[in-house]
Amino acid sequence: MDNINRRDFLKVAGTAAAVTAVSASCGDAVNTGKIADTTTSVSKNIPTDKMTYRTNPKTGDKVSILGYGMMRLPTISNQSARESGDEIDQETVNKLVDYAIEHGLNLFDTSPAYCRGLSETATGIALSRYPRDKYFISTKLSNFSPQQWTREESIALYKKSLKDLQVDYIDYLHLHGVGMGGMKQFSQRYLDNGVLDYLMQEREAGRIKNLGFSFHGEQEVFETLVDNHDKYHWDFVMIQMNYVDWKYAHQLNPANVDAEHLYNRLTEKGIPVFVMEPILGGRLAKLPSHVQEMLRERRPESSIASWSFRWIATHPNILTILSGMTYMEHLQDNLSSLCPLEPCTEEENTLLQRVADEFVKFPLIPCTACQYCMPCPYGIDIPGSFTHYNKCVNEGHIAVSTQDENFKEARRRFLIGYDRVVEPKRQAAHCIGCGTCVSHCPQNIRIPQKLRDINDYMEKLKQETL
Amino acid sequence: MLKKIRTILGTIFLVCITAMFLDFTGTLHMWLSWMADLQFLPAVLGLNIVAILIVLALTLLFGRIYCSVICPAGTYQDAVSHIAAKFKKNRFSFSKENKILRFSVLGVFVILLLVGLNGIAILIAPYSAYGRMVQNLWQPIYIGVNNLLAKAAEHYDSYAFYEKEVWIKAMPVFIVAIITFITFTVLAWRGGRTWCNNICPVGTVLGYLSKFSLFQIRIDADKCVNCRLCEKNCKSSCIDIDTHTVDSSRCVSCMNCLGKCKKDAIHYARASKSKSAHAKEDKPNASLRAMLTTTATLAATSVLHAQDKTTDGGLAVIEDKKIPERETPVKPAGSMSLSSFSSKCTGCQLCVAACPNGVLRPSTDLATFMQPEMGFEHGYCRPECTKCGEVCPAGAIKPITREQKTSIRAGHAVWVKDNCLPQKDGVSCGNCAEHCPSGAITMVPLPDNPKVKIPSIDTERCLGCGACEHLCPVRPFSAIYVEGNLVHGDM
Repeated sequence: MDNINRRDFLKVAGTAAAVTAVSASCGDAVNTGKIADTTTSVSKNIPTDKMTYRTNPKTGDKVSILGYGMMRLPTISNQSARESGDEIDQETVNKLVDYAIEHGLNLFDTSPAYCRGLSETATGIALSRYPRDKYFISTKLSNFSPQQWTREESIALYKKSLKDLQVDYIDYLHLHGVGMGGMKQFSQRYLDNGVLDYLMQEREAGRIKNLGFSFHGEQEVFETLVDNHDKYHWDFVMIQMNYVDWKYAHQLNPANVDAEHLYNRLTEKGIPVFVMEPILGGRLAKLPSHVQEMLRERRPESSIASWSFRWIATHPNILTILSGMTYMEHLQDNLSSLCPLEPCTEEENTLLQRVADEFVKFPLIPCTACQYCMPCPYGIDIPGSFTHYNKCVNEGHIAVSTQDENFKEARRRFLIGYDRVVEPKRQAAHCIGCGTCVSHCPQNIRIPQKLRDINDYMEKLKQETL
Repeated sequence: MLKKIRTILGTIFLVCITAMFLDFTGTLHMWLSWMADLQFLPAVLGLNIVAILIVLALTLLFGRIYCSVICPAGTYQDAVSHIAAKFKKNRFSFSKENKILRFSVLGVFVILLLVGLNGIAILIAPYSAYGRMVQNLWQPIYIGVNNLLAKAAEHYDSYAFYEKEVWIKAMPVFIVAIITFITFTVLAWRGGRTWCNNICPVGTVLGYLSKFSLFQIRIDADKCVNCRLCEKNCKSSCIDIDTHTVDSSRCVSCMNCLGKCKKDAIHYARASKSKSAHAKEDKPNASLRAMLTTTATLAATSVLHAQDKTTDGGLAVIEDKKIPERETPVKPAGSMSLSSFSSKCTGCQLCVAACPNGVLRPSTDLATFMQPEMGFEHGYCRPECTKCGEVCPAGAIKPITREQKTSIRAGHAVWVKDNCLPQKDGVSCGNCAEHCPSGAITMVPLPDNPKVKIPSIDTERCLGCGACEHLCPVRPFSAIYVEGNLVHGDM
């Protein structure tokens, strides 16, 4: 029911966009795309000519500060199901892309691995309806599986990207997930097989306009690659950055590096920065209520997510911020945060630092629901389990003891809610701890341990022995 | 007035008992389980002396009001008959009692119970038959509606309703339930209490007793004008106006006839010792035919690996678990032993309806047909749950506490070497040991390959709860499964 409503809404929104586009051209609402937002009843006025652009120092490209992440595309049956086995809802993807381009967004980021491998094709279909100079394509060499570590397989993967995206050159090509598995894996994936050399030749040939890497994990790899900038000439680097990861990435997970260090190092070297996970897979869009209040008091009409986008965009060396937007509401909200950009003041920066201080006090699982861990060979819905757990933490529905005033409520919400979002046979209890997922997690979450913790908590709720 | 009281009481019992069979949350049982306890056959099999005495006393005082008020199968048929009466008025006529049939059915029923073929006998047990009908046919619909509400609740972020899985727990029993439903409905529609007065063993026993009941229906032959209105409205076909007698063995004290008489010639009153006439006639017996078909129908029924990952997202397909072949069925903790359990259980399905973990389901085995047994494809017997013992009206599953449950050994786990993941695929597992509530499973190195760890089961500590079987990642047949214990030992 929920989904039908959303679908209907998206249709309505799409139609409304089309209608206003017509009326705009008739001159009565110049430069404004008005959208009837039936779900929130707040009508949004998002200007189409106020997008902030950053200039690529090498190519002179004017890149929109907001980039479209094609990792969380909507599917036919379930709009929210990044994990569902359904086909991508191409019609909605097209509408989202149209709306984004209409509002000045011009960079689209994808990967051959996203959406069970369907993302590049869907992106290609949506973008091929526009002239090639209207958009920038960012994709990755996602040769994660050891069988793809050969030169042939890797090149085949790159060629397939060109084909699926229906383009003859790629604007931004990332070495995907650099740092996971340390220097050893980096060598195996890109150096020993000569793939990096090949890609640099492709850059010279003009089929890759910019070559860079997306960084997760071990600092040593980052430092080595940046130190060798003279050799590789990185045109950009993608890092995970937001006001929490700025100073707390390492504290939250010892395997990660604070964004402050990464950003400053890249800026020193003059390498433009791509940003991923601006709102930590949605966790910075719905903060615990008392933390939210701190922000709401300051800007009552802005969404919680908008703070992170504004904060990141305030940094001058950011080329673009990638956000995976499944719904029209996400896209509209992000556009309205950045069209135009109101830079964060010093005072606001201090406020966000305080929010970050509070945020790290809550024992959330740092899952961004990126789906890299999926599919679990034993059918566990890992991101679904973590998202549910985090939701309960955020809403204050985690019981500490059976004596808690809200124990019954928390018990019901956790157990019933879990059954609602994750089928019982895909829940934490069925994790056998094989560890297949661990190496895939860009957040370095010890997934089996976390699933076990969730199951232990559930057992205590069920047996009322908390 | 008497009819009104009977109707109200009957409706209350019918509604409450039905609700108990529909309710899957176990909340109603706390308030209403005494209604199930009053049911005659479960009380007899469970030797519930208090309930037996209450029913016997009621019958000796007022006749078969048990059949009109307490028995849900009886009141259900009354409801059907009541609706049928709207379409065809005055549709009954007197028929002779078929003593041979009644007593031979009762005789066979008792013999079956004595030789331990309860599974067949309880096919015609009235309360259980009704329970099976509701649990198999109406509860899925009820849960379906609940699930719609749960969807709506989810939409409004409410946790008032939660979704519950619907599945056919045993196909043969489901078919039996359909046949029961058709039989009850058709017989009641056409002939009122045909079932109760020809087949029902409880009806026969209580019928015999009610011949001696204090209050009975009497016809005052002096006032009677032989209009036969009472006879035509007697759903038990037991009023014979030719002789002005009522066959009290078949009269269920429904009081319908009282209001029909315009001459005040029929009364519910204390017995006078004068009359004991036996009518003699040779009318073709419609109910006999109907009943023979039923028996025939009833007789017929009673015979009766990790993929290589290159892209992100998606969910691996999970095969459904299948039921392993068990030498001894696993019976719920509280059933003491297989033999004690089988002799008491009437297969009413109240425990099956109440089991919150999808563990209990009716047996399809002939000897224990329709009696519950455990299976672990949908869940396992959770340590905090003692629902089945709480609801059982027959004492087949004794009520136990959570503490007692931690020491009752209902079964024991058996390891299937060839299925086990570490042994088969070299993947390290141990989910069975991880989740065993009694810590009966230890992961030990395989003697000939110490790197591989396999489960070793301490059967003395194993409770047979099925957590290991349910949570084993191997599908469709788990690498560890539960065998029942013939006698439930204590740890």
